Order: sequence, then structure tokens, then C-alpha cells
Amino acid sequence: MRIAISARALDINAPFDPRFGRGANFVFVDTESGEWEAYPNAAISASGGAGVQAAQFVVEHGAQAVVSGNFGPNAFATLKAAGMRMFIASEGTVQQLVDRFKAGELQEVDAATRAVGLRHSRGGKR
Amino acid sequence: MIVAVASGKGGTGKTTVAVNLALSVTSADSLFLDCDVEEPNAALFLHPTLDYREEVGILVPQVDEAKCTACGRCAEVCQFNAIAVVGQKVLVFPELCHGCGSCTINCPECAITEALNVTGVLESGQANTIRFWQGIMDVGQAMAVPIIHQLKERALGGLPPDGLAIIDVSPGAACPVVEAVNGADFCLMVTEPTPFGLHDLRIAVEVIRDELHIPVGVVINRDGVGDTGVDEYCTAEGVPMLMRIPLDRRIAEAYSEGVPMVETLPEYRVKFKQLYRQITGHTGRNIMEE
Repeated sequence: MRIAISARALDINAPFDPRFGRGANFVFVDTESGEWEAYPNAAISASGGAGVQAAQFVVEHGAQAVVSGNFGPNAFATLKAAGMRMFIASEGTVQQLVDRFKAGELQEVDAATRAVGLRHSRGGKR
Repeated sequence: MIVAVASGKGGTGKTTVAVNLALSVTSADSLFLDCDVEEPNAALFLHPTLDYREEVGILVPQVDEAKCTACGRCAEVCQFNAIAVVGQKVLVFPELCHGCGSCTINCPECAITEALNVTGVLESGQANTIRFWQGIMDVGQAMAVPIIHQLKERALGGLPPDGLAIIDVSPGAACPVVEAVNGADFCLMVTEPTPFGLHDLRIAVEVIRDELHIPVGVVINRDGVGDTGVDEYCTAEGVPMLMRIPLDRRIAEAYSEGVPMVETLPEYRVKFKQLYRQITGHTGRNIMEE
């Protein structure tokens, strides 16, 4: 399975980034072969709707599951429409989270989540 | 002629000045627009009898799934990520939409039509000789600009060439202020003589005078408190100081009861007429019948 993990750097050993829409990068990992590729998240500079944009990005790049710290309502709706499976994590490196994913240790979510300890903005502009 | 009343800092007396100016300048065709759509309050002082109500908002896309080929062009052109295409599905997020219409125009299949997403109301009524208008944004909405835009379009459509419109603007210096002030012949800047009043006045003057090129003049409210910073700034910047309203318990008491100062302290009617004469002196226009 090809999974996308939000990460602080463009590397398999990068620390996990708990933000989805405003996360720095996405590392895409093939859980069978271990092959990976990484892209910066263009949505990080969006004035609004970053979650929607990031969701389309991971869909377009062929992910079947996403691991992040939090999925807001718009990101959740977009990912859900694409049939994406969503998992939440709180810390670790990308590689560690791949291992935990394969071991079935990550929690799958079926509703939008709320960030803990993060300032959460709905986006939009006055 | 259109006179806007702005301030920068909130709570300096925009509504007080706008209302008392409107009541002092007797013109058969005068309009009053409360464009502070997040918290309109001029009606508390003008007591209009409302006779018109209209729901307003922004036009959001509706996608005809039978025509849509999920090509993704709409999502590509949307600057606000308000429309998403994933696989064969199109999702619309009305709360992110700014109603710009780009998706509709760019859809190669003409599969998008637009529907009104209501975000507020316009109300209008008569307050003696004044035709009163206000916009009220629904709680939870974030975009005041479309409501202000529609309010001005509706209300100013009925302004005769020699008529007077007074616009009560929201505080700040951001998009809603620009939308409300744009097109005005003159903008009164109401401030208090404190470092806080000056700080925000300076920003508002930079936007309204320097960017929108609308002539401005200052009214100091609660004169007698604070310091001389506003006066020094106005002298240095060449901003005319048009009126000073002293810190006076009688004005505050009338305000607290929803009574404009010109009704309890008639001498202010004369002062507001003088203020208006000064404004017309700066714009070269005068429609007052005294």
C-alpha cells in the first residue's frame, strides 16, 4: 500500500509533522517495497482551504492512506470522498510510523479530528 | 455627495459623529448607511421604521454531475480551495468560497451554475427625513465585504446627483473598511487623543488618503483626555482638524440612553453644521438646505 505521511523534512528519517494542511512535506512510502519519495506541501502557503488543497495533493500522488496528527473537517471530507483511509499519530520519524502502520498500531479515524495542543484555524479571510 | 465616517481604532465615536451629522444636515434626500455589518448600531440612535428586508450573501457554485467530467479545471482556478476534485467527485466548500465566479467561467462543460449562499440581510427604513440602511452579517460568517458591497449597491442606487449619503464604517483598516469607504467624496476620521487612537488613525489615514486617494479630516472625540500626539500628527501630515467633541458627562448620558447629542444639547447641531460646511469646503460640493 502507498501511504502519505506528513513530515518536517523530505526524508524517510525525517521527524513526523502533526499538521496535515499546513504540514511542511509529505513522504509517500510503498509499504511492501519500502521505496519512498517526498514532496513539499504547496498548501502550506494557501490563504485558506489548506486542508482541501493538501488532500487533493495526496490523492493525486496516488496515496491510499494518510498518516497525520489531525484532519480538519474540510480535509476529512475531501479525503473521504476519495476513499482515502486516515490514521493519526503523535510523534516519531516517518520510518517509525511506517513500521507502526505495518504492525497495525496506528489509530484509524472515521470522523474529523481536533488538534490537541495546536492552535486550530478554520481558514478563510476577513 | 458621499461622506464616510471611519476611525481606525474602535469605540472612538464613529456612529456618534455619523448620526449627529446626519441629524444636523437637513437634506430631503439624505441617506444613512450603517456599513459596520458585524455590529451595526446606528439604528439604536436613529430609530428607523424598517420597511424593507432582503437576504444577501455570495454566489457559490453548484455542479451538475451529469455534465461534469471531473477534469479538475474548477479546482485549479479556485484561489481559495473552495472546490475540490478527487477522482470523479467534485466537492464544494461554501464557507471557503469568496463568490468570485472563476470556476463557473472556466468550466469547459458549463456544468456549474451559481446559487445564493445567504450570509446576512439588508434592512432599510425611514427615520424622519433620513432614508436608513443597514447590513447585518450572520453570526459565524467571516466575510463582510460582499454584504457591504450589496448594501452600497442597493442604497446608493437611490442617491440623486445632489443627494447626501453618510456611511458609518467599521473600525480597522482592512477589507471591510476599504469596501465601505471606496467611492466616498470625503472621509471623516474620528479618533480619541491617545496613543492608541493615534496609532490606528495613522494606519487608517495611510489606507484611505494615501491608497484610496480620498480626502480626510479628523474629528477628536473625548477631547481633554490623553495627550497632544494626534494634533502633532495632523499638523505634520497636513490633515485638517475639523472638530473637537469634549469629554462631557451629558453627552455620555444621552448616548447611554440612545439619544443623539444634538437632541439634548442643541448647540451641537450648529457645530455639526459647521463640520459639514468644512467638509463641503474640502470637496467643493454643497447640497445643504439650511
